[in-house]
Formats: sequence, C-alpha cells, structure tokens
Amino acid sequence: MRQGWAPRRTGAPRTGVDQFLTVLRVFAVGLVLIGLAAFIAQEINTDNAFARWANPDATGLTGAQFRGLVVSGIAQGAMYGLIALGYSMVYGVLGFINFAHGEVFMMGAMTGMITSNKLADAGLWESNFIGSLIFIVIVSMIVCTLVAVIMERVAYRPLRGSPRLIPLITSIGVSFFIQNASIVLLGPAAKAYPDVPDWVKDKHTFIQIEGSRILVVVVAAVSMGVLWYLVEHTKGGKAMRAVAEDAEIAALMGINVNRTIVKVFAVGGAMAGLAGILWGILFRSVIHTTGFLPGIKAFSAAVVGGIGHLGGAMAGGLSIGVAESVGPLLILEPLGVSGVSQLRDAVAFAVLIGVLLLRPAGIFGERLPAEDRT
Amino acid sequence: MTATLPPETGAAGASAEPPLAASRPALAQDWRRLVRMGAVGAVAQVFIALSNMPVRLDERVIVKPVLSLGYLTLLIVPFAAGHRVGHQIKREGMPQHAAGAHEVAGGAACGAVAGGGLSLLAVLLANFDLREPLVNWSPMLAELLAFGNATRFAVVIWLLIGAAVGALGGGLRLLGPRTRRAVVTMALAVGGAAVLEPLVVDLAEGMRLEALTDRLYARRGGINWTSALGLAAGSGILAVLGRGRIQQARAHIAELEGAQRTRTNGLLILATAAVLIVLPLFAGKLTNELLANVGLFVLLALGLNVVVGLAGILDLGYVAFFAVGSYSAAVLTAATSPRINPELPWLVALIVVVIITGLVGLFIGAPVIRMRGDYLAIVTLGFGEIIRLIFLSDWLSGWFGGSQGITKIPGAGIFGLTSVAGTDPRRVFYLVLAFCAIAIYVSWRLERSRLGRAWMAVREDETVAEAMGINTVNVKLLAFVVGAILGSFSGAIFANKVGSVFPSSFLILVSMVILVVVIFGGMGSIIGVIAGAALLIGVLGGPKQPGLLQEFSEFKLLIYGALLVWMMLARPEGLIPSARRTRELHQEEFLQDAWLRGEVDTDDGNGAEPEATERS
Repeated sequence: MRQGWAPRRTGAPRTGVDQFLTVLRVFAVGLVLIGLAAFIAQEINTDNAFARWANPDATGLTGAQFRGLVVSGIAQGAMYGLIALGYSMVYGVLGFINFAHGEVFMMGAMTGMITSNKLADAGLWESNFIGSLIFIVIVSMIVCTLVAVIMERVAYRPLRGSPRLIPLITSIGVSFFIQNASIVLLGPAAKAYPDVPDWVKDKHTFIQIEGSRILVVVVAAVSMGVLWYLVEHTKGGKAMRAVAEDAEIAALMGINVNRTIVKVFAVGGAMAGLAGILWGILFRSVIHTTGFLPGIKAFSAAVVGGIGHLGGAMAGGLSIGVAESVGPLLILEPLGVSGVSQLRDAVAFAVLIGVLLLRPAGIFGERLPAEDRT
Repeated sequence: MTATLPPETGAAGASAEPPLAASRPALAQDWRRLVRMGAVGAVAQVFIALSNMPVRLDERVIVKPVLSLGYLTLLIVPFAAGHRVGHQIKREGMPQHAAGAHEVAGGAACGAVAGGGLSLLAVLLANFDLREPLVNWSPMLAELLAFGNATRFAVVIWLLIGAAVGALGGGLRLLGPRTRRAVVTMALAVGGAAVLEPLVVDLAEGMRLEALTDRLYARRGGINWTSALGLAAGSGILAVLGRGRIQQARAHIAELEGAQRTRTNGLLILATAAVLIVLPLFAGKLTNELLANVGLFVLLALGLNVVVGLAGILDLGYVAFFAVGSYSAAVLTAATSPRINPELPWLVALIVVVIITGLVGLFIGAPVIRMRGDYLAIVTLGFGEIIRLIFLSDWLSGWFGGSQGITKIPGAGIFGLTSVAGTDPRRVFYLVLAFCAIAIYVSWRLERSRLGRAWMAVREDETVAEAMGINTVNVKLLAFVVGAILGSFSGAIFANKVGSVFPSSFLILVSMVILVVVIFGGMGSIIGVIAGAALLIGVLGGPKQPGLLQEFSEFKLLIYGALLVWMMLARPEGLIPSARRTRELHQEEFLQDAWLRGEVDTDDGNGAEPEATERS
C-alpha cells in the first residue's frame, strides 16, 4: 500500500476497523491521562481520594527520584538517538528498515569491550582514561563502519529494486546471523567493561548527576553537531540529501548513487559504533542480545522524530528514553499495575505501537524517498 | 508497483559481467575475481574454524574413518568457491578443452586461496594467544587443523586440500549433465544416509532389519567406507538408469486433466497418508518425537504461510498466537493453573482456545492492518514481545504463573477415548498429523477460494486490489485471524504435549524460525512449507527441539540466519515455489523474456503489459 497508513479525514468512520481504532486511540489516551492525573493527585496528597481509588498502595516519587529518572532517560535517549540516525538515514534513502542496525550497535559495544579490556591489561585504561576512551571510540567506529558497509554490499545492494519486504526480511536474516556469530565467536556469556574512574561512576557533587551520563549526553550532542554539519554543509551531505529526495534524478545530476548509499551506511554505522561505546560506559556490560531492544527502541525513536529527519531522530531518541524511564512509574504504577520495572520493555514497545497508531509520520514529518511518498 | 531504484550499471555485482574479449582467455578481471572469491572463502573458512564448528562436529562421523562432519564444514567452502569461480570464468570462444582446463585451474587456485586462510590461522594459533575475546581459540582447533602433526604440516596440507577440493568444484561443471546428475545423486545418497542415521537405525530396529543397518553403519556412528562406496555406486547406477523417468512421470501427471488428474492426486495423497500412518508404528520413541516436532512446526508454518505467503503481511510476532493458544489451553485444562481452572476436556477447551486466539488476532490485527508493510512487521514484533512480557510479569502472575509458568497440564483427551501426552510421542504425532491434515486442507481450499484470490491480489498490489472492489482491510484482517487460529492449534497441542508452559518457550526467536521455514520452503506454497519444515526442523532442529544433527544445536540459529539472507539473495521464491509467487518476484524477467520472444504474456490474466510496469 503506497499511501501507507492514511487516516480518513472526511466524514464519520467508515468500517468497523476504523471505529475500533478510534476506540483504541481514545482508550490509550484516556489511560495515559488517568494515570497522569492519578500521579499528580498522589503527588499533591497521598491520601487523595482519587489517588487511593487508582492505586491504594501508591507511594509516589520524591523530587530527587524523579530527576534521577529523567536524567537517566535523557542519557539513554541520547544513545537511542545516535542509533536512530542510522535507521532514519537508511530508511530516508532506500526506504527499508535495516533491522540489522541494532546488531551493528552491538558490535560496537563488543569491540569497545574487547579493546578496553586489552587496554586495561596494558594499564593504559587507568592511567589515561580519556585517551583510551577516544581510542576505543575510534576503533569501534571503524569496525562498525566496516560492518555496515560490508552488510550493504553483500546483503542489500543486490536487492535494490526488489519489493520492499524482501530487503527487510534479508536484514532480519543479517541480524540473526550477526547475533549468533557473536555467540559462537565470543561466547554466550555477558562480558564486562573494565572499571571506570570515580569521576565517571559517582555523582557529581555540584549537580548531583553521574559523570557517565553527562559524558554520554555531551558526546552525543557533539557528534550530532558534527553530523549535522556534514549532512547540511558538505558536498557529500548534499549528495545524500539529493539521493534521499529522488535517486533517479540525483543520478541524472551526476551523483554516484551507489557511493552515496555506501556513505549513508558508513555514517550510520559510525554513529552506531559510538553509541555502542556509550552503552558500555553507561551499563559496563555487553551480551549478544544487547543490540535487539535498543535497536527496536531506536527505530521507534526514528519514527517518533519523523523518518529521514536528523534532528527528529535525536528528539525522538530523547523522548523515547525519557518515556521508558519515567513512563512506567508515572502512568502504570498509579494505575495499580504491580512490578512495573519488569514491564519497562513492554512500555517501550507500547510507545512504538502508540506512535505508529496516533502519528505514523512522526513529530517533524517524514522525508521519504520519492517512490515511497504518496 | 515496485518501482524503487533502477539497478545502476554494475550494481548487480557478479551477475552483470562486462563483455569480455573472446580471444583473451585469462584476463586480469578473471584474476581479480578469482582472488576476491578466494579471499571471501578464506574469511569464511577462518570464521567457520573459529566458530568451533569443526571441533564440535568432529564427533559426528559421516564416512568412517575418512570424513567427519567437522571436516566437511571446512571442505565445503573451497568447494563452493571453486565451483563458483569455474562458473564465472568465461568460456566463450575458447576451445572446449581449454575452457575445461581453465575451470579446473581457476577452481584450484581459488580453493587454494581459501584453504590458505586456514593455513594462516594455523600459524596464528601456534604463535598468538587470542583466547580472551575469541572463546574457541584453542589448542584443540590447532590440533584438528594439523591432523595432529606440526604447524608446518597444517600450512601445507590446507593449501593442498583447498586446491584439490577447489579443482573438484571447478571441474564439476565439466561433466556432462548426465554424469553430473549421477555424481550429485551419489553425494546426496551418502550424505543423506549419514544424516538420517538415527532415523534409519530406529526404523530398522522396529522392522527387525538390524542386520542391514549393522552392515551399513559403523558401531560408533557413520557409514562404513565400504558401504559408502556401495551406496554411492548403487545410487549412481540408479541415477543413470532412472534418468528422466521422474521428469517423464511428472510431465505425464501434469498433462492429466479433469477426473483423471483428481484421481492421481487423490492416490498420491492417500499413499503419503498411508506411509505417514504406518511409519510411526515401526519407529521408536526418538523418531516419533522428532516427527511430532516436525509436525508441530508444519502446523505453525502453515499458519504463518496464510499470513505471509498468501496475504503478503509480514508478521514477525506470530509466536504471540502460539503463546496465547498454549497459555489458554493450559489455563483451561490444567488443575494447577493459578486463578481459574475449569479443567475442561481438551477438545472443548480447544474450541474456547480457538475463539480466544481469534479474538486476540482480531485485537492485534485491527490496529496494525492499516500500517505500511514494514511498520507492520516491527509492530507485530512488538506485540509478540509484549504478549510474552505480560505472561512473564508479576502483574498477571496470579493468572499465568509468571516465570514459574503453568505445570502439570494433563494430556489431550480425545472424546474420553485416549489421552495424548508427551510421554507417548506416537499418539502425539497422530494428533499433530490430524491437525496438519486439517490445516493443509484449509490452506488448500482457501488458496483457491474467492478470499484466497483476494489475498493474493492484495499481496501483489494493494491499490489495484482496492480498485477492483476488494475490501483490503477486512481481507487482510481475516488473513491475520485465520493465521492466528492455525497457530493456536499448535499452541494447544504443544501445551498438552509438553505438559507445562513457560514464557521462555515463546521468545521472538520462535517467530523468526517459523519465518525462516516458510521462506526457505517457499512463501505461499503448501508443499514447500511442509518440505521446509521437514528439512530444517527435522535435520537441524527447532529453537529448542533437537533435530537429526543434534551436534548442530549450537550453530543452527547461525545457519538459519545465513540461510535467510542467502535465500533472499539467490532464490526469494523458496525451495519449492508456488508458480504465482515466482511470477511476481521475477515479473521483470518474465516480461523481458516475453518481449524478446516478441509476444506479450497476457494469456493467464495475470501478467501485466510491459508498458504498464515501466510506468509504475
């Protein structure tokens, strides 16, 4: 279906499915609103009748807890944003979901783990943390760029021009393969990053935020700025935008479409590699499934921000990160759902479904390749 | 409808070869291609070696004492590389014998480069210790590569082996089609006999034919090399004698029409059914267990085939329906289920299960059905994961037992006559067989019904289908629900067969494996899907179920992933494709052929006019 998911704007809902969808939307929005209201009510006064009705055992959050959640959400969201760039750019140019992009991110985290452990063995990790960090970032970006480019060359390029689900299925296969290759080569156990210095681990005395989170946000912001400059102000970036706009016309204008697409994959891979290192710094542990959930969440982030939109990917990442970190406690807990932290991932998926249900074009609107646009 | 990027010049890679000057046989281009293919082979070799496949599979002997599965995994790459290079080296304008020498030499060189990867690895293994990141960097691997000798030996021997096997691969093309078929049949016969060893031994015991298998197989597994030779010779002779007979028979059947055709089909189906009903009587527990597992996956794959194959909806969360079917069957029949335990008889419970799963299918399907195909895939994946997380959560553990699951589920009782539990795999198999028959019949009828045609129209082009007056939303939703119901059958059987359900049985992985089965077999083709399930699940095994090659359990998911990519690249229509699907996927080629022949293929009412496709 070319026009994709198109809400009917004229007249009353036509089919049963439309009516059901409307009910579902109202229900979802209502649930969120009631949860929020209950949360606010119990923040004002725990013995509030409304809050009691919604969940008798609710405890609410203190200001510090809330801030902690938001900050960790922002840090993770910045990471999601970096991964989302890869999804968004590839979708913007080729019009398919590169399902294996999450695995590229996982490879980045793995590379970082291996390199940093080797550095720690050599004693460099402790003595020169910033220097080694820059080193592992560079190594990981190179590895991930290579992986992404090889992936494009081997699996996706021969499929250019085939029906849109074919490359998607292929990318699922690639993702499956990379995940299991990681198991057979590196073993199925979770692997730890070496210990980081105190200033990264502990909360900063002045602003009460962990150094690692500040680091992640700063790195993400800087790389986002660089990428924005590359795409908006260099010739290669212009070529990317042109190919995204209309590959055929771009080719007629003398742009090497193949090389541009490779560049898109390379940039996406490099960003995923960077995000992998950030994951390592935030969680200090990596396993072969690391790429799956962040990948899905990053894709949601790309959709939230509007596919094909760089700033949108970052904004989407931040909102998904904050939503998944605050959402369960803000909305589900006041509604009386127990064990909300287990449902964290379910909430992330629910956000994705909700976004596609309510606003599939994202906040800033999609920028799709010419033939997918209608 | 699928007007994405036009293929750039050179984008198609190997298939778009620039025209070569016929008078210059060995070109720099050939060399470059040869070295590139060899290098890819070398990387693949090193990857396979480091994945621990050779060491782990070394125990499984194929031909005793010559060949084990472990070494086979190392030999296959140079063979394939040599074969491929032999194929790519142009023979136009060359005399026949020169071309032949080229292919063999090219294959040998390519194989040697690929084998060189292992030589390099052997040297590295001897001199460096990379155990830290690479878990399989072991002395065992070094020993295996060197056949127990010094490293120097490994370096030389792998270059030689690579060259020899590569030359074989390149030379295979030289044989005439008849000889080649005989050779392939021989290889398949020996390989098949080795892979099917547990099955054959088991059946032979049931039929009191141990004397035969004792002669065929060695005591500790693997075919005796004498028997292997005999088997190869026998099958080769059969292949030469029977050449063309099968094709003739098939052509003969295809020519039949009307009542005769129906009768032949009926006879074929009856014969298959008879074999499947009689076979388990002679088989032991393991074989029956295997058959039951395969049947379960056939059932699942047939359900997914309706959704993916017929209606073209890529549902990545199909496991959700399997899970809902299992859990509702468990809750309805088990006395131990936490909240409600009506302890219904299984068949009554099945009806309720079908209704519940159908409703869940409707509920999941309705919001996603309007989405673009790829968004739909991701969202169904999300639903699949949400369903599992909900079953797992403490929130509803009062209903579904959380991570403890539901245990002590009774066997499936049929009219109070028998009870089918996992302890008796033969009965399970018969139950599964019955449901498979239902599912096959339903899919077969659906495919030929008005609804089936509507599905296929939607799959081909939704906009056109809508213009033809098909209510696309309802039709797709129906596909979703039918798929869900078929999935719930296997769910219900699974719960009562295993006797317990845990959330960990319903990982997204299961969806992916079913998807691989459907795609490998051929989307939209019932026979293909059955064959795919039998081959993949039967030989390699399901997500948790062991197959005939139990040694592969660590690697099967890796192979599934690679297989999915390879299928999409090489044969997107699957192993046994449905004719219509093939036409869709190769529409442009078909049209090109028609155009070259000077005719435009519209006689089947399916092919579009070339002008129309060019414009879209």
